[in-house]
Amino acid sequence: MSTLLEATNISKNFGEFKALSDVSIQVPKHSIFGLLGPNGAGKTTLIRIINQITMPDVGHVILDGEPLKPEHVQYIGYLPEERGLYKSMKVGEQALYLAQLKGLSYRQAKQRLNHWFEKFEISHWWDKKIEELSKGMAQKIQFIVTVLHQPKLLIFDEPFSGFDPINANLIKDEILQLRDEGATVIFSTHRMESVEELCDHIALIHQSKKILDGNLIDIKRKHKTNTFEVGLSSSNLSDLEKQISARFDISPADFRSLEDDLKLKINLKASETPNDLLTFLNANAYINHFVEVIPNANDIFIQTVKNNSL
Amino acid sequence: MNHLPLIIKREYLAKVKNKSFILMTFLSPLILVGLLSLVAYLTSVNNEKVRTIAVLDEAGFLNEALVSTDQMIYENLTDISLEEAKKLSNENNSYGLLHVPHLPIDEVSSQIKFYSKESPSLTLISNLESKIEKRLGELKLKKLGVDLSKIKAAKTNVDINQEDYQGVKTSKTVSFLKLIFGGAAGYLLFMFIIIYGNLIMRSVIEEKTSRIIEVIISSVKPMQLMLGKIFGTSLAGITQFAIWIVLIGVLSVVSSYIFGVDISATPQQELMSGAVADVNTNAELQAIISEFHSLPLLNLVVAFILFFAGGYLLYSSLYAAIGAAVDNETDTQQFLMPIVMLLVVGFYVGFFTSLEDPHGTISKVFSYIPFTSPIVMLIRIPFGVPIWEQALSFAILIFTFVITVWIAAKIYRVGILMYGKKPSYKELIKWLKY
Repeated sequence: MSTLLEATNISKNFGEFKALSDVSIQVPKHSIFGLLGPNGAGKTTLIRIINQITMPDVGHVILDGEPLKPEHVQYIGYLPEERGLYKSMKVGEQALYLAQLKGLSYRQAKQRLNHWFEKFEISHWWDKKIEELSKGMAQKIQFIVTVLHQPKLLIFDEPFSGFDPINANLIKDEILQLRDEGATVIFSTHRMESVEELCDHIALIHQSKKILDGNLIDIKRKHKTNTFEVGLSSSNLSDLEKQISARFDISPADFRSLEDDLKLKINLKASETPNDLLTFLNANAYINHFVEVIPNANDIFIQTVKNNSL
Repeated sequence: MNHLPLIIKREYLAKVKNKSFILMTFLSPLILVGLLSLVAYLTSVNNEKVRTIAVLDEAGFLNEALVSTDQMIYENLTDISLEEAKKLSNENNSYGLLHVPHLPIDEVSSQIKFYSKESPSLTLISNLESKIEKRLGELKLKKLGVDLSKIKAAKTNVDINQEDYQGVKTSKTVSFLKLIFGGAAGYLLFMFIIIYGNLIMRSVIEEKTSRIIEVIISSVKPMQLMLGKIFGTSLAGITQFAIWIVLIGVLSVVSSYIFGVDISATPQQELMSGAVADVNTNAELQAIISEFHSLPLLNLVVAFILFFAGGYLLYSSLYAAIGAAVDNETDTQQFLMPIVMLLVVGFYVGFFTSLEDPHGTISKVFSYIPFTSPIVMLIRIPFGVPIWEQALSFAILIFTFVITVWIAAKIYRVGILMYGKKPSYKELIKWLKY
């Protein structure tokens, strides 16, 4: 897979404050790239550098094989975290204006806006002023404006904040569809559920440094602890628990099941395989539930941040 | 990509379509002309009132000195005592009673009294005083045996004819006209900067508070946005000014037609016409007209446009930077103070030093300092400033403008993305290094 955006050794200071130190990321084409990190880690600064709003002190950015230059703004669609629209301007006029700033002709802009407004069933908003719309409605307009010029690279900073679940879902589906149609998406958030659902790749930034990056599946593979969750039934559950704890490293587990089971998390040694565990359990109990514990992004996030804070 | 025209268009339309802007545009001339008409009307009503003044001249000094007019009737009382006269004039509803006691002419001057129900108007008293002074003076001269007709014959009216070494004639009146001309130009710039500078500042703050700014500057350079804002707002300002001038003109004509009131009869205008009042003779009028033609009109117009534009742009970039530095209008005060001070200093120094000496050291110096030069220069130019001086001053102005825009753009670039705390001057300087 080729790379659409490559940022190399980016550093940026604001006076004494280090916003980014030596951060490099590669964003593969047609992927959704999650830029994760706690508040104030430096995500927004990195995004602003990619958008040429701020200049890096050190490092360079390459977009689609070329060093970043002013003309590139028309290939990028950016939905900032701090977003808003001109309150007293009409929806249609405003969308046309912003689209033209991104290099579309008036006619192109009008045509595409009509398409999107019909798709979202909001054509009757055209002559309303932004101040007459609710926050969620304004966000929809903002989303349309961001993607209207069909940019190669879309950057969403916390795109779901301010949306109700239904509209958040609508936007999520749109993002996935845009990816499928060939766009590349950088997606910055500290909300991990959306990362699981959307991201192919992630980079984790903490205290101005990148502390983790790569393919989400690879990362999960790397972070799994060879732990399995089991639900067992037997005539004597406490005897069974003793039996297992004698052989394996166990801890209580909590999951929903129909049976009144013994629920355990079993941590295997590196030398042991799930098959060993299954063979042992099979001989001693009736197995209702057997699943590998795959760390979710949230766990990886918290754990990595903790390890790096020490 | 050059989006400047697009931005200018939006800024212009956003201002022009704004309801309060439209209201201001059409209401201000209405209010102004309305007020002026009212003042003119009231003044004329006041003047039309006929006042009667009873005069008890016991010594008979005044005689024909007090002549009744349409608005003022002098009623001579004879052969009654002061008490009776007071009672009478009170009963007759006279405006007042002037009493000149029966005393020798050398003592009478400090004993003259005016009785009235309410305290009398100042102009009326000073009017009476000057008439009586003149009369008593004449009487005293007569007593000393001086022939009044000789004094009248000796009276001369001196009017110095001014002419420069190149033979261009000028006069006091024309100097006055020049001052009006320059003062008006300077004042116009002063007002324009304050009104539309503020408008620019507010529109920058609006972009910050509505948080659209980041979306915009991911498409255009902050410098372009700033310049677009300045130009768009200026065009809106010019539109508004043009409408004002036309409307005020039309409304004045209409109101003077309807109310029969001449607006040019307002106090300020009277003051002005008082100064021009010397213009009695035809010759002098002609001198003025020829003088007006000999004013460096082309130079005036060109300089007006250049200095107006330069000065306005210089200040408006500062206003834009202030808007970017703060989050809301209440925080702007500490940054606005120095700007307004500079403007006020520029205007008053320009006006009063030109009144005294348009080519004096102070007004010369101030016409080079870029923050005061546009106003001071505009005031000085009608008095004749060598072209090279104008060019130098303009060059300094433009040079400063470029530097200011650069600094303002830096502050703007950083400031528009800063929220929260109001920055200090120290922090603003730090921003320049980001």
